[in-house]
Order: sequence, then structure tokens, then C-alpha cells
Amino acid sequence: MSYKIIVLAKQVPDTRAVSKDAMTPEGTVNRAALPAIFNPEDLNALEMALQIKDANPGSTVKIVTMGLPKAAEVIREGLFRGADGGVLLTDRAFAGADTLATSYTIATAIKKIGDYDIIIGGRQAIDGDTAQVGPQVAEKLGLPQVTYAEKIESLEGKTIRIKRAITGGVETVETKLPVVITVNGSADACRPRNAKNVMKYKYAQTPSEAAQKPTPYAAIADSKPYLKIEEWNNATINADLQQCGLNGSPTKVKNVESIVFAAKESKTFSASDADIEGLMVELLANHTIG
Amino acid sequence: MANFFTDTPELKYHLSHPLMKRIVELKERDFADKDKYDYAPQNFEDAMDNYERVLEIVGEICGEIIAPNAEGVDHEGPKCENGRVTYASGTDKNLEATRRAGLMGMAMPRRFGGLNFPIVPYIMAADMVSRSDAGFENLWGLQDCAETLYEFGDEDQKQRFLTRVCAGETMSMDLTEPDAGSDLQSVMLKATYSEKDGCWLLNGVKRFITNGDSDIHLVLARSEEGTRDGRGLSMFIYDKRQGGVNVRRIENKMGIKGSPTCELVYKNAKAELCGDRKLGLIKYVMALMNGARLGIAAQGVGLSQAAYYEALSYAKDRKQFGKAIVEFPAVADMLRLMKAKTDASRALLYETARYVDIYKALDDISKERKLTPEERAEQKKFAKLADSFTPLGKSMGSEFANQNTYDCIQIHGGSGFMKDYTCERLYRDARITSIYEGTTQLQVVAAIRYVTTGAYLARIREYEQDETSSELAGLKARVVKMADKLEEVVAKVTEPKNQEYLDFMARRLVEMSAHTIMCHLLLRGASEAKELFETSAKVYVRYAEAEVEKHYSYIKSFEIESLADYRVAESAAE
Repeated sequence: MSYKIIVLAKQVPDTRAVSKDAMTPEGTVNRAALPAIFNPEDLNALEMALQIKDANPGSTVKIVTMGLPKAAEVIREGLFRGADGGVLLTDRAFAGADTLATSYTIATAIKKIGDYDIIIGGRQAIDGDTAQVGPQVAEKLGLPQVTYAEKIESLEGKTIRIKRAITGGVETVETKLPVVITVNGSADACRPRNAKNVMKYKYAQTPSEAAQKPTPYAAIADSKPYLKIEEWNNATINADLQQCGLNGSPTKVKNVESIVFAAKESKTFSASDADIEGLMVELLANHTIG
Repeated sequence: MANFFTDTPELKYHLSHPLMKRIVELKERDFADKDKYDYAPQNFEDAMDNYERVLEIVGEICGEIIAPNAEGVDHEGPKCENGRVTYASGTDKNLEATRRAGLMGMAMPRRFGGLNFPIVPYIMAADMVSRSDAGFENLWGLQDCAETLYEFGDEDQKQRFLTRVCAGETMSMDLTEPDAGSDLQSVMLKATYSEKDGCWLLNGVKRFITNGDSDIHLVLARSEEGTRDGRGLSMFIYDKRQGGVNVRRIENKMGIKGSPTCELVYKNAKAELCGDRKLGLIKYVMALMNGARLGIAAQGVGLSQAAYYEALSYAKDRKQFGKAIVEFPAVADMLRLMKAKTDASRALLYETARYVDIYKALDDISKERKLTPEERAEQKKFAKLADSFTPLGKSMGSEFANQNTYDCIQIHGGSGFMKDYTCERLYRDARITSIYEGTTQLQVVAAIRYVTTGAYLARIREYEQDETSSELAGLKARVVKMADKLEEVVAKVTEPKNQEYLDFMARRLVEMSAHTIMCHLLLRGASEAKELFETSAKVYVRYAEAEVEKHYSYIKSFEIESLADYRVAESAAE
């Protein structure tokens, strides 16, 4: 049997590539120094979805992502690796969302898609590290959820068995579709981009990208529907604006504290680039950051 | 994310050569596929963008998957049980990644599921794969065999086999036998036609077969009973699904340990003829070997690149006498020369690949329609250039790989002799490159005729007319003098018309030609991309000039009577 799979993916700053330029002098994240990437565990989720597709011919994988217009890149990445299509949720009204507002927007979009069997996302994103959006989407859609998934053990008809990581071991659970799954980083790594898919989809664009910077082959894009990435705003999904973005986000940052390490031995670093770089390398190596 | 394409900008330079315009035009038949296949390019720019994007995928797989797996594959190696080979676990992962990325059958036409890439980007992928794991390049690079099947097989065979190769099945070329190594005319594996089975049956033994348990084999076998030379040999396709070939053992090798080298036993193995009878060796295997030799040239370049990067990073890191060893002139000299040899052999590699591309594309077009007189002349010109440059690229690429991996260990000092560092694997892996697919000595045999006929010199004189930036004019004048010296000693060696004398001096003459050609290629690179190649051009010209001078002085002062000192076979004392 074939399945309709939705993969939830997020474009995030690559916090693993943190360097001395990671912060601006004003103390905000320097997005220019941190490349925007496909959230790593969402790639594990995509792989899980693609494995289901491989094993069940006729299945489709659709990427859903919420973010800035440039987050269309995540959908193209998905297409390059074997996804069949994608929807970008982008609107000023969605901006500044915490997990509650994000899951509301995504769940509303999924309701609009309507026809689905399996929703898979990464466990958490490396920028916020909350691991809340997947479970909240499941709650809002009233679906069973399996978190920390590592492997689909079996999928027959509407019954799915999933191996999930738990502290000190693994556990296998079974549930009925539709289901929301969040995937752990220990699951299979995502397959590489496929050469033919890259050549086929490299000019795929959202309508606003096409309006702003059309590909050199805009004319052919009209005759090739697979080159059009769907782009939805609050009106498309008929969202309640009070529940979206900053309006719908009860989370407020009370204050931010700098943490002072109380190390017994101290080291002195000068403000030189070389010393700062050396410190960053050391902190990354001992996993204090990153 | 390690990416072996983007971290080495020299590659992109070679990809963007002006001749690519003509290559793409021929290969894409004026973009005839653009509305037939959703991944076919619309025009030249689109095609070039495709190559670059796909090479970025290759670079990522090399940096993130194949290179990290290389050490494990080297230790674990393949195994042979019950006549079948299992790869090291890392090899399986590498194959899986390259299949999923759609990198099998890269040069095959789209109608078989291939990417229809020219040789240049395909060889560039081979260059990177070799840098990450030279042993894996053998398995992945055996997709070369598809090229031969495409050239000489019939349409039905192409449909049946090439689609499988493009989908990821592996190939092997079964040529060598215990008594037929360099001398393939002595191949004895027997092919007999069975009326009962309606096919050919193969019986005998093959040895040293790379990836001998592959899915699809090209086999050289004796189809004409009673013959003893190359004219009695034909080429066959053996499909593993038919059964009849077992792996008796795999060799325990010094290097490229991840690549299984098999001894094969054929027992009534059902096979089909590929092409015409009796042309197996003289036509098909020669074509196959030429393609494979370009692959080995790429393997050498990739290994040189790996050795250079390993040595550079160690030399920057390692401190002695209070400073990084890279600061010592003796070490820096080695590093600069390694880089120069890498850049030189790579320039020769892609120059050759472009020649191959043009003549092969025209060859292929000639099967669809009659070539115009201009096209026929073009085909002939580039075929000759390809044939003459291939043995140079193979011999110099592999010899430099050996030299560079040697120096890489030297820079690592005592640590380099330990199994802890990558350099010892590179050193072992490089060693075979100057042996298989024709030893350096056999490349010289193939190349010497282009020395004596003046073909290399003619091409060198053409290079001299190329534009060079004004600051390199002095360097160029020195390279012109190198050619003059070559010309002088070629005259000296050919004048007596003594075959033994010519054979004895052949390698020196071929090396002089190769050095001079590589100097020109680097001068061109330095003129067009100063920041990438200027230093290498300077370093290489100095080195090559001294090498040419060495051979020149040896040949000049050598008296033909001295050949007697080298007749080992006739010496009673030994």
C-alpha cells in the first residue's frame, strides 16, 4: 500500500559552525556568519520518510516548513534527496513564534493538506533545542505520537511498529496511522542529494522567489509544474492571527544571564583573533559549546 | 562539512576550460534531450551548472563518507567465502552512497539511465574519489567498462546491461591470466560455442581481476581454436546471474586493500559475444585499456592531492626546534614540489580528458550520421592527441603519486612510518598505480612513437604560441629551451636507427616530452588563474628544467657501445 507522508523540516543557523564571528557587536546572532542549513535531525526524519517511500511504491513525501522566504531552500534540498513536493509557510504574521504558535500554524497547514498518513519531523531543532513542536502538532491534530524514533520496524496497512531510543536502551511501540513521529539523531543518516534530482529540481522556486529573482529558464518553468514550490500565507491556511507568530506566543524571555565558569585553573586569552579562534576550537572540541 | 570539490579550486579551473563549449555541444547533440528528459540541460550554461552541482555532490560524499571510511576499509578488507566476495562494511556504505546519489553510469547516455556527462567531469569525480580512497576508485571507476560495452555492444546488449550499470551494478574487466600479464596475446581462457545452449561457454582461469565478483564482466577469451596470438581473442559479456564463475581466492595486497583482487575459475560459464570475433584484444581491449589508463592517471592525481594535503597539515602542526616544521626550507621545498607535481599531473590529466571527449563524442555521432569533412579532421586530430597524451598522463600521474606519497611520509618523519597516520596508506595505495593498466615501462612503449614521429614536439611548438602573461615570459623562454634540447637528443637517438638504443633511451625522451608539456600547461594555468597556479608554474619549471637537463646530459654523453654494459640477459656472470 502507498502512504502520504509529510516531513516537517526547519531551516536553522548552523550552530555547529560557531566561530568568533557568531555574535554581532550588538549581542545578536550574526546570521551572515552562521550558514542556514537543513536542521540535522529533520534530515534523519526525511531519510525515514524516504525509506518508507522506497519500501512502498506509490508513496509520496511532502516537505512542510515554516520560515522566511529563503527557507524554500530546505524544500529544494528535500527535492534533491527524493521528496516529491513541498509547502513553504511564510508570512509576517508567523514571525516571532514560540513553539505553541509554531505548532498551531503547522497543524493548521496540515489540516488544509488534509490527506496524510504519516507526519515525521526531527526530534528538535539545533537553534531552539525545545523538542516541543512535533508533540504539539500531534496534540493539535489529535494524533498518536512516537518520539525519539530510530527505525521503522514494520509498516503493514495502517499499523506501524517503531523502535525508539529511551534512556539506557530501546523500546518498540506499535500504533495506528495516522501518526506523528519525531526522529532521533541516532536514526539513519540522510541519503546524499541525487544527481538527477538536482538537475531536475535546481530551478524549483516559490512564487515570490520567481517574482523577485526568476531563474534564467522562467519560460520552461511554466510548462514544468514540478518546478513550482507551494507557498502559503495566513490567508491560504485561514489561520487565527491571535494564535500565530508573536501574538500567539506566550513565551517571554525574562532575562539572559552570562554564565561564569568557576574553573580551578585559569587561562588567559588576549583579545587577538588567533586567541579567540583557539578558544573556540578548544570549547568545540570539549563540547562546552556546539 | 568536508567537500573535496569546493576545497580544491584547481578542479573548477579545469572544468571551465574553453574547450568545454565544444565538448558539451557535441556530447549534447545541440541539446536534443532537453524536452525528453527532465534532467537534461537547456543549453551550455545549464550543462556546466549541472556538472558543477553534481561534482559538489561527489565532493561531499568523498569528504563526508568515503574518506572517513577509508581507514576502516583498509583494515577490514574484503572477504572471500564459498566462491563469493563480500566487501568491507565501509565499501558497502560507499557504494550505497554513490548509487543513491546517482553516480553510476555517469558518462552513459540518458536513454540507459545515465547522466550523459562528458569524460572531463567524470574524471574529475574519479580524481576526488581517489583522493578519498584510491581502492574504492577501482570499484566505482570500473563503470568505465560500460563505455566499452556502449561502443562495441549491440543495441540489445546495451539495453540489457547498461541500464543495470546505471542503476548501480558493478563491473569488471577480466583480462589477466597467470601467464598473460603485460602480454595479453597469451590469454588462454577458452571460449567455445555451444549449439546446445545457444551461447558461448567459457572455461579456464583468470588472475588479478579487480572486483572479480562483479555483476557484469567483460572477458577476454580465446574463441579461435588453435590460435596462439592476439588475433584469436574475442570479448565476451558474462552476467553473474548466469553463474559458472567462482572466486577461488582473493589476493593479500600491499595497498588498495579495499578493492578485491580475485582469482576466477570459469566452468562452462555462459557468456555472449560482444562485438565481432577476433577483435577482442586488438580493438576492444585496447579501447578499454585507454579509458582505464585515464582512470589510473586520475587515481594518481587524487593520491598526490591527498598526500599533499596530509603533508601540509602535518608540517603546519608539527613543531620542532621551537617552530612549525613547515618553516624549514628543506620541508617547504618538498611541499612546494609536491603541490607543483600535483598541479602539473592534473593539468595533463584534464588536457588529455578533453581530447578524449572530443574524439569520442565525434565517434559516437558518426554512428548516427555521416561526419562532415571538418568533423572528420577534428575527430582524427583529437584521437591522435588523446592516444599520444594518455600514456603520458598515466605514467606521470602514477609516478608523481609515488613520489608525492613518499615525500608525504618523509615530512611526517618517524610518525609517518607508524600505522597511525593516513600517509602510510596513501604510500601503499600509490604503489600499484605505476604498475597496473600497463606499467610505466609499457606506457613508454606506447608513447615513444609520438617522440620519434615528432608529434609531441609539434604540439609543444603549438603551446609555445599560446599567450602567456608578460611576467611569465622569462619562464616561458626557459621552457622553449627545454624543447630545443629535446629536439636535439631525439635527433641523436633516432639517427643510428638502432632499436635497442631507442628502447634504452625511450623513457628519458618520453619524460622530457612530458615535463615540457606540463610546463606549458602550468604556464597557461598561471596566466589565466595566477593565484592558483603561479607558484606551481615557477616551481615546476625549475624542477622540470633540471630534469630535462639531466636526461639531456645523460643522452649526450652516452655512447651507443655502452649498451653492452646493460645486456643483463647475455651476461654469463649473472
